[in-house]
Amino acid sequence: MNLTLKVWRQKNSTSTGKFVTYKAEEISPDMSFLEMLDVVNEGLVKKKEEPIQFDHDCREGICGMCSLVINGEPHGPKRATTTCQLHMRSFKDKDTIVIEPWRANSFPVVKDLAVDRSAFDRIQQAGGYVSVGTGGVPDANEIAIPKVIADEAFNSATCIGCGACVAACKNASAMLFVSAKISQYAMLPQGQPERYQRAEAMVMKMDEEGFGSCTNTYACEAQCPKEIKVTNIARMNREFFTAEFIKG
Amino acid sequence: MKLDAKIPVGPLAEKWTKHKFNLKLVNPANKRKYDVIVVGTGLAGASAAASLAELGYNVKAFCFQDSPRRAHSIAAQGGINAAKNYQNDGDSVFRLFYDTIKGGDYRSREGNVYRLAEVSVNIIDQCVAQGVPFAREYGGLLDNRSFGGAQVSRTFYARGQTGQQLLLGAYSALNRQINQGTVKMYTRSEMLDVVLVDGKAQGIVTRNLVSGEVETHAGHAVLLCTGGYGNVFYLSTNAMGSNVTAAWRAHKRGAYMANPCYTQIHPTCIPVSGDHQSKLTLMSESLRNDGRVWVPKTKEIAARLQKGEIKAKEIKEEDRDYYLERKYPSFGNLVPRDVASRNAKEVCDNGQGVGKSGLAVYLDFADSIKRLGQPEVAARYGNLFDMYQQITDENPYETPMRIYPAVHYTMGGLWVDYNLMTSVPGLYALGEANFSDHGANRLGASALMQGLADGYFVIPYTVGDYLANIGPAPIDATRPEFAKTKAEVQERINKLLSLRGTKTVDEYHRDLGKIMWEYCGMSRNAEDLKRAKAMVSELRADFWKNVIVLGENEEVNQSLEKAGRVADFLELGELMIDDALNRDESCGGHFREEYQTPEGEALRNDDEFAYVAAWGYKGDNMPEELHKEELEFENVKLTQRSYK
Ligand SMILES: Cc1cc2nc3c(=O)[nH]c(=O)nc-3n(C[C@H](O)[C@H](O)[C@H](O)COP(=O)(O)OP(=O)(O)OC[C@H]3O[C@@H](n4cnc5c(N)ncnc54)[C@H](O)[C@@H]3O)c2cc1C
Ligand code: SF4
Ligand code: FES
Repeated sequence: MNLTLKVWRQKNSTSTGKFVTYKAEEISPDMSFLEMLDVVNEGLVKKKEEPIQFDHDCREGICGMCSLVINGEPHGPKRATTTCQLHMRSFKDKDTIVIEPWRANSFPVVKDLAVDRSAFDRIQQAGGYVSVGTGGVPDANEIAIPKVIADEAFNSATCIGCGACVAACKNASAMLFVSAKISQYAMLPQGQPERYQRAEAMVMKMDEEGFGSCTNTYACEAQCPKEIKVTNIARMNREFFTAEFIKG
Repeated sequence: MKLDAKIPVGPLAEKWTKHKFNLKLVNPANKRKYDVIVVGTGLAGASAAASLAELGYNVKAFCFQDSPRRAHSIAAQGGINAAKNYQNDGDSVFRLFYDTIKGGDYRSREGNVYRLAEVSVNIIDQCVAQGVPFAREYGGLLDNRSFGGAQVSRTFYARGQTGQQLLLGAYSALNRQINQGTVKMYTRSEMLDVVLVDGKAQGIVTRNLVSGEVETHAGHAVLLCTGGYGNVFYLSTNAMGSNVTAAWRAHKRGAYMANPCYTQIHPTCIPVSGDHQSKLTLMSESLRNDGRVWVPKTKEIAARLQKGEIKAKEIKEEDRDYYLERKYPSFGNLVPRDVASRNAKEVCDNGQGVGKSGLAVYLDFADSIKRLGQPEVAARYGNLFDMYQQITDENPYETPMRIYPAVHYTMGGLWVDYNLMTSVPGLYALGEANFSDHGANRLGASALMQGLADGYFVIPYTVGDYLANIGPAPIDATRPEFAKTKAEVQERINKLLSLRGTKTVDEYHRDLGKIMWEYCGMSRNAEDLKRAKAMVSELRADFWKNVIVLGENEEVNQSLEKAGRVADFLELGELMIDDALNRDESCGGHFREEYQTPEGEALRNDDEFAYVAAWGYKGDNMPEELHKEELEFENVKLTQRSYK
C-alpha cells in the first residue's frame, strides 16, 4: 500500500507545531500502525532527517504508553484496540492519514506526538491505593469476595492509563480514568476503610490538574481501548457526594 | 576474587530464618539518614522502592517510561506461582522448591530457590491486601490453575493480565510513598552509569530523556531492577525499550555477569511475518492443553503449503506428523518449553515447516472443537484466538494456528550473592536483572514470583545489614568520582552524536539479532559460535564508524537513546557467545548440539559444569575473566530430565 501521512511535528512543549506531509510507501497490510511509522522513520533517518517521536513500549495493548489521534480518533478507527494493535489492513491503498498527539491542556506535548501524562500519576498518588505496608497482612483467603463483585472490580481495574478518554472528550475530562480506579477500590472490601477519603482526594486532584468536567457525551467510553464503562463515572459521583456529605 | 555466595549454613528450611536473625538492623531513628537508589519500577523495583520507603529510608526511584506503571512486567499474562496449597493437592514449599530446581535443570542454588518458595506464600497475601483482583471461585476464595505442565494447581492469576494487576498493586504502594514524600520518582530518566567511590556503589548517572540533562544522584546503596536483555535478539516478546544498559554499565564497573547464555525461548509465539516486524507476540502456553502440534510428513507437501497451493485442512491424517505426540508419548504436546521449542526448530530445519516462510508449525484445535464444541473452546481461549486473528488475519477456529518459538526471558543476569548484592559492594540486582533463581530454564509463572519476592521480602532485610555496616554519614556527591563518571557519560553521548554514517541503528540491531538467533539461539555448536563471535565483533566495529545518530543531546532524542542501547547489546552479544562456547554441555535453555543423548535430548555434564559462570570485565577488547561458583546439592538428587 502507498499512503500519505499528515503528521503533527512540534519540537518541544514551548514551540508551536505544524503538520508535515510524508509518504509511506510499500506498506504491508500485515504491519501494525507503529511498524508503518517505524518504516517512515527509518526512511527519514537515512535521509538524515529527524524521525517522528511517538510513545510506545509493549506493543501488545497493555502498557498504555502508545497514543496518537488517527484521523480524529484516539487509537484510530478500530474499537477496543490500542494504536499498537491496529494493523494497516484497517486502511486502504492511497489513503491520507492524519496523525496528531492527544490534545488536552493537562497533557502538554513533549515532542511531536508524545505528550506528558504525569497528571494521571499525580491523581493516583493522591489516593489511588489501599494503605497497607509490606508484611503483617492477613492470609489471602481470609478475605472472601463474591465472584461477581471480584469480576466487576476487575473490569474497572483493566484501565491501562493511556489517556484516550481525555483525548476523546471535548472538555478533556479525566472522569473515566479516575472513576475506574475509584470504582475498583469502592467495590472491594480492602478499599472500604479509606473509601470516601480516597474518592475525595482523587477527585480534588483531578480538578486541580485542570481536567474538564463531564457533560455526558460518552465519547470516552466509545474510544476507550479497554472498554471501561461510563457506569464507573456514576459510581464515582456517588462516592464523591457521599464523601462531601460525611464531611458535612 | 573468590566468589562467596554467602549462603547460610544449616538445614535448608532454616537458612533464611536464621539469616534474617543474623543480619544487622538499622536503628529506626537513623533510617531517614540513608538514601537508597532504585533503578526500575517493574515488579522488582516498585515493590522494593515502596517497601524500603515504608521502613523509613529515603528512596529515589527511576524509570525510562513516562510512568512507573508501564514497566515491562505489565505484559505478563499467565500467572504467579505460590506454595499456598489452597487446592489441597499436595503442594508445599518443598515441592515448589523441588520443581523449580529440577525445572532449572540443576543449575541454580538450593538456598536461594528454597527461600523463593518460602516467601511465595507471603506475596499472595500482600497482593490481595493491596486490592489486586485475582480470579476467584464462586465461594469467594481464590482460584488456582496448573501452569506449564506442573502437577499441582499453584498458579494464581487475574484473567490473562496477571502482570498488569500485580504491577498496578506495586505501583499503588509506590504511589502511597511518593505521596508521603519518602520516594522521589524520576520518570523518563535513563541510568547510564554507576558511580563507585572507594570500590563501593554510591550513586548513578542518568540522562533526562526530555531535556537531555546528564545528572548524578548519590545514595548509600544502588538497586538495579532493570529487567531482562532478551532484546539482544532484536525480535523477542519483550517491550521495545527493554535493554541491558544499566546492567551492562554496572558490569563494566566490576559487577560480574552470570550465565549470560541462558535464554528462554518460548514455543508458542506468532511467527515472524516479514522484515518490518518489530516484536513478537506470545500466545499463552495454556493453548497447548487443547491444541495439537503438527507439520506435514514430507518436505514436498510442506513446500506446496508454503507456496499457498494447498491448505492445511486438505492434508490427510496419514500425511501429518504430530511429532510431539510421536516422540514423547507420555507428555505429548505438554513437554516443557525448551523441548517444545527445539523440536519445532528441528522439523522446520528439516523442511517440514509451514506458512510462507516455512518457519512455523501448526497448533490445531480441530479435534478439540469436535470434542468440546466451538463455544467451549471459545470460552477457554476466545481472547487469544481474537488476538491471533487481529495480528494474522486468519481465523483459528477454521484453520490451524501457526506458531514458532521466540525469545522470551533471560535467566542469566548480574551475579548476586544470597543477599542480592552483586560483586560490587553496595550494588544490588533484583528481578529479571539478576541471575539468581531459575538456573538454566525458568518455569512458567515463576518470574513474577521472583520479582516480588526480591522486592517485598528479601531486599528490605538484606540491604539493612549493609547500610548498618557502612553507617549513615551522608554520601559526599562532591567527590571527584561523581564528576568523572558524569564526564565519561557525556563523552560517550558526544561520540555517538558525532556519528553520521550510512546505516541506521535499527539496521545494526536487526543484524545483531539475526546472528544471535541463528548461532546463539535455540541450538548452538562450537564452530558456529566461534564464527558468530567474529561476526558480532566486526559488526560492533562497523557500528562505531557507520551508524547514523541524528539530533542533539538537549532534546528528546530517540535515535540517541536507541544507539546507546544497541551499542551495549553489541558488547553483551559477544559475552553471551563466549559463555555458550565455554559451557561444554547442554542444560535447560542452553542446547549444545555436540552434547545430546542418543534420543537427541539435552545432556548435562554435572562433573564439570555444575557451576555458575560469572564473568568479570577486564577492559575493552580484552577477554573476560571466568569465575566459577560451584553449585552444591545437599537436598536433591541430580537426575536426567525425561519426558518420554
Ligand atoms: C509477554 C510476556 C509474558 C510473560 N508472562 C509471565 C507470566 O505469566 N508469569 C511470569 O512469572 N512471568 C512472565 N513473564 C516474565 C516476567 O514478566 C518478567 O520477567 C518480569 O516481569 C520482570 O520484572 P522486573 O521487575 O525484573 O523488570 P521489568 O518489569 O522489565 O522492569 C524494568 C524496569 O527497569 C527500568 N529500566 C530499565 N533500564 C533502565 C535504565 N537504563 N534506566 C532507568 N530505568 C531502566 C524500566 O523503566 C522498568 O521500570 C512474561 C514476560 C513476557 C515478555
Ligand atoms: S479509561 Fe480507557 S481510555 Fe481512559 S485511560 Fe483508562 S484505558 Fe485509557
Ligand atoms: S505500546 Fe503498550 S499499549 Fe500500545
